[in-house]
Amino acid sequence: MDLHFGDSKPTDEERAAVDALLGPPESSWEGADRSDADLRWARGGREARDRRDLLLPGLHAVNDRIGWISEGALDYLCRRLTVPPAEAYGVATFYAMFSVKPRPATVLHVCTDLACAAAGAPELCAGIEARLGLGSGVSVERGPCLGLCERAPAALAIKAGDPVRTAVSAPATVEEAVLAASSPGSAPEEAPAALAVPQAGQDGLMLLHRVGAVDPSSLDDYRAHGGYTALRRAFELGPAGVIREVTDSGLVGRGGAAFPTGRKWQATASQPDRPHYLVCNADESEPGTFKDRVLMEGDPYALVEAMTIAGYATGAHQGYLYLRGEYPRALHLLEHAIAQARARGLLGDDVLGQGYAFDIEIRRGAGAYICGEETALFNSIEGYRGEPRSKPPFPVEKGLFGKPTVENNVETLVNVLPILTMGAPAYAAIGTGRSTGPKLFCVSGSVERPGVYEVPFGATLGDVLTLAGVREGLRAVLLGGAAGGFVRADELDIPLTFEGTREAGTTLGSGVVMAFDDSVPLPRLLLRIAEFFRDESCGQCVPCRVGTVRQEEALHRIVERTGADAAGDIALLREVGRAMRDASICGLGQTAWNAVESAIDRLGAYA
Amino acid sequence: MTVTPLGIPRRMLEFTLDGEEARVPEGSTILDACRAAGKDVPTLCEGDTLRPKNACRVCVVEVEGARTLVPACSRKAEPGMEVRTDTERARHSRKIVLELLASSVDLSTTPKVTGWLKEYEAKPDRFGPDAARLNEEPKVDNDLYVRDYDKCILCYKCVDACGDQWQNSFAISVAGRGFDARIAVEHDAPLTDSACVYCGNCIEVCPTGALSFKSEFDMRAAGTWDESAQTETTTVCAYCGVGCNLTLHVQDNEIVKVTSPHDNPVTHGNLCIKGRFGYQHVQNRD
Amino acid sequence: MRKRQPKTYTRLTHPLVRDSRDEPFRQATWEEALDRAALGLGRNRDAFGMFSCARATNEMNYVAQKFARVVMGTNNVDSCNRTCHAPSVAGLSAAFGSGGGTSSYEEIEHTDVIVMWGSNSRFAHPIFFQHVLKGIRNGARMYAVDPRRTSTAEWAESWMGLNVGTDIPMAHAIGREIIHAGLANEAFIQRATTGFEEYKALVEPWTLSLAEKVTGVPAAAIRELAHAYARAERAQLCWTLGITEHHNGTDNVRALINLSLLTGHVGRYGSGLQPLRGQNNVQGGGDMGAIPNRLPGFQDILDPDVRRKFESAWDTVIQPHYGLNLTEMFEAMEDGSLKAVYCIGENPAQSEADSEQAVRRLMALDFLVVQDIFLTKTAELADVVLPATAGWAETDGTTTNSERRVQRVRKAVTPPGEAREDIDIICDLAARLGHDWKYADAETVWNELRAVSPDHYGMTYERLEEHQGIQWPCPSTDAIEPTYLHGRLWETDPSRRGPLAPFGLVQHDPPVDLTDDRYPIRLTTGRRLDSYNTGVQSGGYASPLRRGEFIELSPEDAERYGVVVGEQVQVTSRRGSVTAPVWVDTALRPGLAFMTMHFPDEVDTNALTIEANCPIAGTAEFKASAIRIEKLPIATIVG
Repeated sequence: MDLHFGDSKPTDEERAAVDALLGPPESSWEGADRSDADLRWARGGREARDRRDLLLPGLHAVNDRIGWISEGALDYLCRRLTVPPAEAYGVATFYAMFSVKPRPATVLHVCTDLACAAAGAPELCAGIEARLGLGSGVSVERGPCLGLCERAPAALAIKAGDPVRTAVSAPATVEEAVLAASSPGSAPEEAPAALAVPQAGQDGLMLLHRVGAVDPSSLDDYRAHGGYTALRRAFELGPAGVIREVTDSGLVGRGGAAFPTGRKWQATASQPDRPHYLVCNADESEPGTFKDRVLMEGDPYALVEAMTIAGYATGAHQGYLYLRGEYPRALHLLEHAIAQARARGLLGDDVLGQGYAFDIEIRRGAGAYICGEETALFNSIEGYRGEPRSKPPFPVEKGLFGKPTVENNVETLVNVLPILTMGAPAYAAIGTGRSTGPKLFCVSGSVERPGVYEVPFGATLGDVLTLAGVREGLRAVLLGGAAGGFVRADELDIPLTFEGTREAGTTLGSGVVMAFDDSVPLPRLLLRIAEFFRDESCGQCVPCRVGTVRQEEALHRIVERTGADAAGDIALLREVGRAMRDASICGLGQTAWNAVESAIDRLGAYA
Repeated sequence: MTVTPLGIPRRMLEFTLDGEEARVPEGSTILDACRAAGKDVPTLCEGDTLRPKNACRVCVVEVEGARTLVPACSRKAEPGMEVRTDTERARHSRKIVLELLASSVDLSTTPKVTGWLKEYEAKPDRFGPDAARLNEEPKVDNDLYVRDYDKCILCYKCVDACGDQWQNSFAISVAGRGFDARIAVEHDAPLTDSACVYCGNCIEVCPTGALSFKSEFDMRAAGTWDESAQTETTTVCAYCGVGCNLTLHVQDNEIVKVTSPHDNPVTHGNLCIKGRFGYQHVQNRD
Repeated sequence: MRKRQPKTYTRLTHPLVRDSRDEPFRQATWEEALDRAALGLGRNRDAFGMFSCARATNEMNYVAQKFARVVMGTNNVDSCNRTCHAPSVAGLSAAFGSGGGTSSYEEIEHTDVIVMWGSNSRFAHPIFFQHVLKGIRNGARMYAVDPRRTSTAEWAESWMGLNVGTDIPMAHAIGREIIHAGLANEAFIQRATTGFEEYKALVEPWTLSLAEKVTGVPAAAIRELAHAYARAERAQLCWTLGITEHHNGTDNVRALINLSLLTGHVGRYGSGLQPLRGQNNVQGGGDMGAIPNRLPGFQDILDPDVRRKFESAWDTVIQPHYGLNLTEMFEAMEDGSLKAVYCIGENPAQSEADSEQAVRRLMALDFLVVQDIFLTKTAELADVVLPATAGWAETDGTTTNSERRVQRVRKAVTPPGEAREDIDIICDLAARLGHDWKYADAETVWNELRAVSPDHYGMTYERLEEHQGIQWPCPSTDAIEPTYLHGRLWETDPSRRGPLAPFGLVQHDPPVDLTDDRYPIRLTTGRRLDSYNTGVQSGGYASPLRRGEFIELSPEDAERYGVVVGEQVQVTSRRGSVTAPVWVDTALRPGLAFMTMHFPDEVDTNALTIEANCPIAGTAEFKASAIRIEKLPIATIVG
């Protein structure tokens, strides 16, 4: 491609960061010194253009090393990958974790989202900024949910360098957050994942039973706890047999859409187009959700095994694990787990000696809620802006790189292990007729023991809140996160099943159960939700791009109003909300009005 | 020997459009079918030379059984589908989309939009005087084009025309996110520091006048732009031997703008800098 | 960097005359100017040459060549197609009997391999390149052969930076490799070609390693191209002036055509040969007979039946021999056998190689009438200047593009002052010289042409409008022919197959202007995206890309000579010397420099180029001069 580059040159450090990812440049056309041979013969074309998907890893490499992405670094990366600089700039500016303007090497991300806001995030931020003062070398950035709601308020420090260092402070105090930011290497070790599982060690857990029981960095320990029996069973069953088991189990997707997993796998497996891809959606970004993080940190090999089974069943030889950029510990553990599995022949050319080739590549997100939408996630992996695609065509037909693709989230995949070890009938016997198996709930907010809870489908909202020890003065519960809906404190008998919540006019979503007492004014919560959607809208379609702004503006106007004073704006909100729901491209815009609507209709907000 | 391929013959399919049987070739969009049936569905981001982006959502229609409305411009007609183009639900979304756009973007040079605002009884003012607008100043950084992003509805057509669908120069992209997303060259630099080759193919597809020829921009500013006094004559470019068709827009015997027919087999509506702008020598008359 | 605003030309609005070349022009009436022109031409009937215009309409070219042949009784008619693509026409007609490119733009979108040889069409033919890009996006692999790594080459799977003027060794080595690898299309060779055995013997010495030595391109790269081209089910071979502007341009073209004959990549949908034309009506000018060896419809003057047809249609006698081509006409000016020239819309004083010599020869003419829209450098040398219209915007008619598509040109603006349409002017002159032609409009001219040219017969104005142009041949008013030519070569029935295509037995002949210690740098020339030819038209608009003329050097050479971007240097060839500022381009290798001819009023690049002409087509070797670079005694930086 005849790309245009400016005069900016990369620094040695920036060049080294890119070369560490891509290897040294092969010719002067890619950025090496000019040689006679280069001036006689140059390769390019298809092969050069086919490396676009390394753009996001390349941006990470620079951002991790330097802390921001300069013109020279971006140009060099583009030259190496044959990507137009304007497009790369569009991609770099899409993600909240990247900066194309100079900033300090250390960034402290402080969560100001629902659970953390309720736990004092505004005061925390103010305190941190006051303590750090000007010129501290730390950039404090308020941001959306970090997936640490069980330990609210939370902060994540990232210090660029070689290697990049990270530290989590949660629950954060001003002192601890400042320490994490100024010296992430020597900050105290983060609490183990098991602490997020109050049920840890209890009998009968199917998804969480290894969390806290196994060493997450040991493959042998994983196998000593029943690991890789499901994969062996899968090879006995054959791909069609696995799909039949999964279909018969009644497993449906846990990401929120509740699509039958077996049908999705079957549809992909039967596509004649090759190759097939498996994508694990670990971009857990719904405010209030942290179950996938806990699974990945507490039992990473389970996900590796489950992905291998899913790949085997659907005819994929390459799996991508798209991991939230804000999950450094999960990244570290999964990288280790994948390397170990590869070393032991559980990934690679000949998995378990069965002649099946499968490998997994981790791709990190970079701060974009929208990338949890499956097609936006494909675009993100491919090196484009994480904008959703229009459907049809559906991913099973044209997904990642335009090929048939199965995409499942972490919890869904991990359910496949007990399905294969216990058999579909036994699994299907758990839960209700329409919602089978166990379900994880992320309980946070006004409860004694926040964390991830595993219960069989069919438990009521009250059951789950009782497990977590709901506090006095419960005012409302947010189900399903920002895209979900509020229910009243007197609706605790709602069964937490897909059909039960639907009948009650609300949603299960991703399994968020966030309890609120009277201490937080509802209009402030709603405003925070509206801000979240405004910030996270990708901007592609008009209803969502402008609608989320108009929604936030209206909620601002009525934050202190009620009754007739608010009625006009509430009518406006309803009209805009209806159009967002009906006419937006993807789930983000379609659900951006859900929580607000439920607060008005169900909780009587602004009445 | 190989013979000239005529393409695989397209089968016809039948579906219901506003209660009436519609018969269209396989692969047609709902919009194709609407236009064939003489139905007027508003469109902004749709372009006859571009793949549908379905970003503006002003063409949404209701499809029986679908949870949400669907964009007519990109959704392919399927056998047995039941489509309604003028339901209250579809009209509501169109109205809101028009209001959202008109309240944030300068639509003063967008053709047809005044009629649609009226037809859908849209009242953009109801978001109040403080409703956020784009608030962009025109970027005049060269003598050929003006980029007035206050008029940009972010339809992506210019990006697609500059990118892999036609020009493959990739001078522009969408940068930023959400309401702050803007069309930009790398590092938000002026056009003159970018990969832009001034083919003007972005202007050719811009639906709102956000991108315009400097000649048109200046004449509009001076109040002398008068489309009713312009003639359009299609001829052949005199630079190089490719034979691009040019449509000369002439006002008072001056060429004021050059476009190309979108269905032309040579250009498909695209030109290069010389064809688009290299006409001035003809009218260096004194 | 400075913004160059090149010399802006203002439209001619009145006829200009003068009594002697020493005097300034004075404004005259049309009556007077035409009388003077008729007088000047009339007294030189036996020593006359017509420079027709590759940029004007087919109709104008038809009338201009008719003027030369009927009014002046000579076949000395030619146009600037001589300076660019005459070798393509000569080469293609020698192989296939017809001088047009064999395929259509659309076909390149549906081919498997595209070879761009000596063609920076990304800059020179941007909209054609969009069709190439569609092909690439559809999965085609593109290969680029060019001394410079141009924008076009940057899109290639593989770019081969050969030495300037070593195209034949490269082509022969590819041919040899195809034969040795067993990839030659024997069925096609047998059915449709002649001379294969001789060709095989001819290319046998051109091993990959010898080709590497001569061209500078690694053997592996040449081998890869050979295999890709031969193994492709469909392949397109495209070239531009990098092939034709050599002293052996026609040989170069033949060497490329050989590859298509060897592999059967011609005469099928998606497989063909595509020379890209530099001017809007280079193709049409030749088709209309504004060349010395063909009558309208590309019909051979030496064919008595053809002559008889035209003689009866035009009521005249046609000279039964070829006329002089542009190059030969300039030579004839030198020896005094050509004394009067009617030059329409051409600017040879600046566009010819060795421009100083061209000016000297034009000044020696007894009579020069120039018909143009500007007072060009050539017009400044004239006795009479006639103000004309801009063909593409101020007249009606047709032009023919590189894919042989005849398209309608329409009048959109009124010409300034007393400027008149070319055809009307020629007819008025013809009337003064005894031939009273009546053409109501361009369509009347076109219909006369249709009557004598079978290839154009089916193209009524009405049909041209309906189909947005029609490609020739179009013998019938009821049908449209296939988009490609020479499908006949694939016919099994020999009578339908027609004449076989001969392999061209051409030898390598290095550039005439050799590099040596005194002139160590190879200068090659080309176009930039926003400019055109001598810049008379493209100078008129404010291109943000324009930066004026530079001598472009490789970074290594700039360092070697201790010069920096913007620094004025002396550039000297064996013929002349200019000063030009330096530009550094990484697309160049050491020893290779690049200039354009877009800004002759600033830097007269053609003072450097060599007038070494292709003996068959007459095109000069613009692409290969030997130069040296010298720092100026006092450094001048333009900036």
